[in-house]
Amino acid sequence: MQMHNTIRDEVLLDVRSLETHFYGEESVTHALGGISFQIMKGETVGVVGESGCGKSVTALSILRLLPKLTARTVGGEVRFHGQDLLKLSEQEMRKIRGGKIAMIFQDPMTSLNPVYTVGHQIAEAIQIHTGVSRSSALTEAEEMLRFVRIADPERRVSNYPYEMSGGMRQRVMIAMALACSPELLIADEPTTALDVTIQAQILRLIVDLKERTGTAVMFITHDLGVVAETCQRVIVMYAGRIVEQASVMDLFARPMHPYTQALMHSVPDRRRGRQSRLPEIPGIVPNLRDPIIGCSFAPRCPFAIDICREKTPVLRDIESGHAAACWRSEEIVCA
Amino acid sequence: MRMSGPLLKVEDLTKHYPIGAGFLRKPFSAVRAVEDVSFSVEAGETLCIVGESGCGKSTVARLLMRLVDPTGGRVLIDGTDIAGLKKHELRAYRRRMQMVFQDPYSSLNPRLTAGQIITEPVENYERLSRKQREALAADLLHKVGMSPEMMHRLPSELSGGQRQRLGIARALALKPSIIIADEAVSALDVSVQAQILNLLMDLQQQLGIAFVFISHDLGVVEHLGHRVAVMYLGRIVELATCEALFAQPVHPYTEALIASAPVPDPTRVRLEAPVAGEVPSPINPPDGCAFHPRCPLAVERCRIEVPPLVPMTDGRVVACHVRAPASGLQAQSAAERDCPTVRLAGANESIRKSEKPNIT
Repeated sequence: MQMHNTIRDEVLLDVRSLETHFYGEESVTHALGGISFQIMKGETVGVVGESGCGKSVTALSILRLLPKLTARTVGGEVRFHGQDLLKLSEQEMRKIRGGKIAMIFQDPMTSLNPVYTVGHQIAEAIQIHTGVSRSSALTEAEEMLRFVRIADPERRVSNYPYEMSGGMRQRVMIAMALACSPELLIADEPTTALDVTIQAQILRLIVDLKERTGTAVMFITHDLGVVAETCQRVIVMYAGRIVEQASVMDLFARPMHPYTQALMHSVPDRRRGRQSRLPEIPGIVPNLRDPIIGCSFAPRCPFAIDICREKTPVLRDIESGHAAACWRSEEIVCA
Repeated sequence: MRMSGPLLKVEDLTKHYPIGAGFLRKPFSAVRAVEDVSFSVEAGETLCIVGESGCGKSTVARLLMRLVDPTGGRVLIDGTDIAGLKKHELRAYRRRMQMVFQDPYSSLNPRLTAGQIITEPVENYERLSRKQREALAADLLHKVGMSPEMMHRLPSELSGGQRQRLGIARALALKPSIIIADEAVSALDVSVQAQILNLLMDLQQQLGIAFVFISHDLGVVEHLGHRVAVMYLGRIVELATCEALFAQPVHPYTEALIASAPVPDPTRVRLEAPVAGEVPSPINPPDGCAFHPRCPLAVERCRIEVPPLVPMTDGRVVACHVRAPASGLQAQSAAERDCPTVRLAGANESIRKSEKPNIT
């Protein structure tokens, strides 16, 4: 395994060769093609990639929240504190979800129940996982609202979701997720639906709370700017596989996979001059229903040679703590 | 050809949506979606409108297309006010202005082929033979970088980027002089977004089309725009050239907006969010300057009086009592004299360069 020389010594989450398939009427989509990574205690790890790269499926596979009829994790292990979550019973898994591992979603409107007050919903999570009385759970809910810096929490605790703005609802989601002091928080595009000034507030809040509580965060996003501002380590995904993994500093200073490089270049950047042509990534993302031979990025890659089209590159350390799944990373970085 | 003057001129455009109105019942209040918005667009220019949700930028787009009727103000195309035109008179002007929408999924009819979708606007105005239609479709597809065989495909058989290209081809069909793009790249992945932005810039160069480009993404706006209007709660608070606005924002809201955008540079450490609070409701906007409850520079006057748009020496207009006091063209120097170092927290103090990684 790579990435042993990271920040903390204690591994919290150890994902090994995780493989998830989606089943259509006539075809099987290989949404996750055997990914392996670790998250250390208290670490913030960003998972970036474009639509369909498997970043959300990774989160759902870890928490075993995939749609039962159409998807299945067919291989691999998800070790949390050394225990394989994929082997737990549904009942045991329920204790983990929302307890030791919490998740916040992109859309704070649809992930809150519209017919209960936010205080009720936070208190419910606290009661289920800690077994305290209803009244003390409600007091704690109010405390959590104060913790996520909602003004006037005494009043807000009895608000319904529709009475709150998008930014405030996302704060409620965070309060609910942190209410049971999870060791791992999975945040799936938590600020994508928010305005930039509110996004800046929520990102700051997540970073602050993470520092205060020591919770590890798995931060799923498509926005490289968000990753740069919040994460310590980054995993870049493409077509259901991890293509690069590095500390945030190394990744932005020396991206080693051609896809990461292309992704960074296609974002408009004032340093490259206005009105200039943006470098495009030619072609489209491969269809994950067809078997992929060789590197999945090879058809779009400017550096692809014969070996790239024939053999699948494995994720390997190019430098200490900086891994890439590319046959030519050494040459590309030097070039 | 046009003689002189701007292609599109908007004067004091206002739109209120009544609330609580019913049969024989007067509305008791209104959503003030757009208030006194004025700007102009020259031929071949890109004017961007930025702002957060609810600032009225999409309502402006709909007003320009006259998809909704304004409560007040004028929209002049080559000097003709389209706000007052009747439906049949409007038809001629609709050819001049076309629109590209945000969502490439819901803005295309799923039952029509790509060719039918992009030639439909022309068939609305003139009869086409089958041959003409195919030639037109092939030409339009070529313009947006797609192969002619695509004309027989259905939208469901195309990728998100290809669909957005179709949306653009459809807008080009009537050879408009101005295209209004409402968040046209917001739903796309960055690699596809780059393709579409390149396409828009190419089209502008080749065909001299003007764009009104509405977006919340400052990176995209800075890259593409010639001039930018920043809107907050229905009003323009600053309008400047792209270079000037991003190099030195004058309105505190512009400054906060720019400072809030995440930057893909991990050596930059943000200590606090640039601006606290949230956008107030347009039903009951604050008195005075709408930004004053969130503004660190607000003074008494900001709470009482709506600041007018004041022209500055560099040609921009700014609506701010503190940074752009209404004493005409001396405004810039006054702003510099009064607050030479007062910058918002987000702009400077809360961001510092760190040499070592931010590892705790």
